[in-house]
Amino acid sequence: MEAILAVIIILMIAGSIYTLHARDLLSAVISYGITGFGLVICFLLLKAPDLAIAQLVVEIITLIIMIAVIRISTRKDLTEKTTIRVEGERYVNLRSVVYFVTGGVFILGFLYFFIQATSVLDPFGVHSVRMASVYIEQGVDLTGAHNLVAGVLFDFRAFDTLGEATILITAVIGVLTVLRLKGKK
Amino acid sequence: MTNIVKTISRFMSGVVFFFGVYLLTNGHLSPGGGFAGGTVMAGAFVLMVLAFGDNIMHLRKTKEGSTIIENLAILMFLLFAAAGMWLGAKVFFHNYLDIGVAGKLVSAGTIPLFNVFVGIEVAAALFTVFLAFVIFKEEEQ
Repeated sequence: MEAILAVIIILMIAGSIYTLHARDLLSAVISYGITGFGLVICFLLLKAPDLAIAQLVVEIITLIIMIAVIRISTRKDLTEKTTIRVEGERYVNLRSVVYFVTGGVFILGFLYFFIQATSVLDPFGVHSVRMASVYIEQGVDLTGAHNLVAGVLFDFRAFDTLGEATILITAVIGVLTVLRLKGKK
Repeated sequence: MTNIVKTISRFMSGVVFFFGVYLLTNGHLSPGGGFAGGTVMAGAFVLMVLAFGDNIMHLRKTKEGSTIIENLAILMFLLFAAAGMWLGAKVFFHNYLDIGVAGKLVSAGTIPLFNVFVGIEVAAALFTVFLAFVIFKEEEQ
C-alpha cells in the first residue's frame, strides 16, 4: 500500500518538475495533469471515493479550460535571464534575486513547520479521530444521510460549505473583472 | 468541429448532464454530492460550446444568465440556511425538515436541498469562467 503510494507520488513529482521545465506550454499543461490524476488514484487507494470523484471532474474541467486558454493565446514559454547586458556591462537581474530569496525562505519555513506538525501526529494509517468519533458513531441517526461526507458537509460543517461557495463566487467575480470586455475609462 | 464530434456530443451532453443531476440528487446516499455533480453539469455545457463553436449560443447573454443563476443559487442556499432560524431552534443551518428513513431518496431533511443548490452554483460558476475565456478570445481578434 505505502509502496504503491510512494511510486505514484514520485510519478506526480516527476510530472510537476517536467511542467516547470517544459518549453511548450501545451505539454506543460498535459504533464501537469499527471499530478491531478495521480492524486485521484491516491484518493481511491486511501478509500475516499467522494474526494476522488470531485478531484477527477474538477481536474478534467480545469484541463479543458487551460487548453482552451493556450489555444487562444501562446504556446511559447517566456524565460527570464538571470543577468542583463546593458551597453557591454553585465548586471544581475534583481527580479531573479527576489525569486531565489523568497523561494528559499518559504521552503525553509515550510520544512520547519512540517517537522513541527508531523512530530505530534500519529503514525501513517492510524486514524486520529478523537473529536470526530461522535460523528462516525451517531452521524446517520443525527442527520439521516447515509453518505457521512454529505452529512458532515451540509449539517455539522455547513458553515464551511457556505464559505467554500462564497470563495467560488468571489473567484468568478475576480475572473470576470480581469477579463472584462471593455476597459474602464 | 467535424460532423462526428457534433453528432456524438449532441447525444452525449444530455447523458452527461443527467449523470450530473443523478450525482446531485443522490449526494446524501452515495459518493458524489454538490461539488462533483455541479462540475459534471458544467462539463455538459462546456462540451456543447466546444463542439458547436462560439456562434451557436448567444454567448454574451449566456454569460450574464449563468452569473445570475449562480447568484440566485447561493441566495437560495442562504435562505434555506436562515429558514432554520425561525422554523426550528435558533440555530443557523438547523436541519428543520423531517429526517425520515435513512437510505430513502427523500430523507435527511435539508441536506439534499443544500446539495442541489451548491451544485447549481458550482455548475454556473465553472461555466461562467469557461465562457469568460471564450468571449475574451472573440474580443481579441
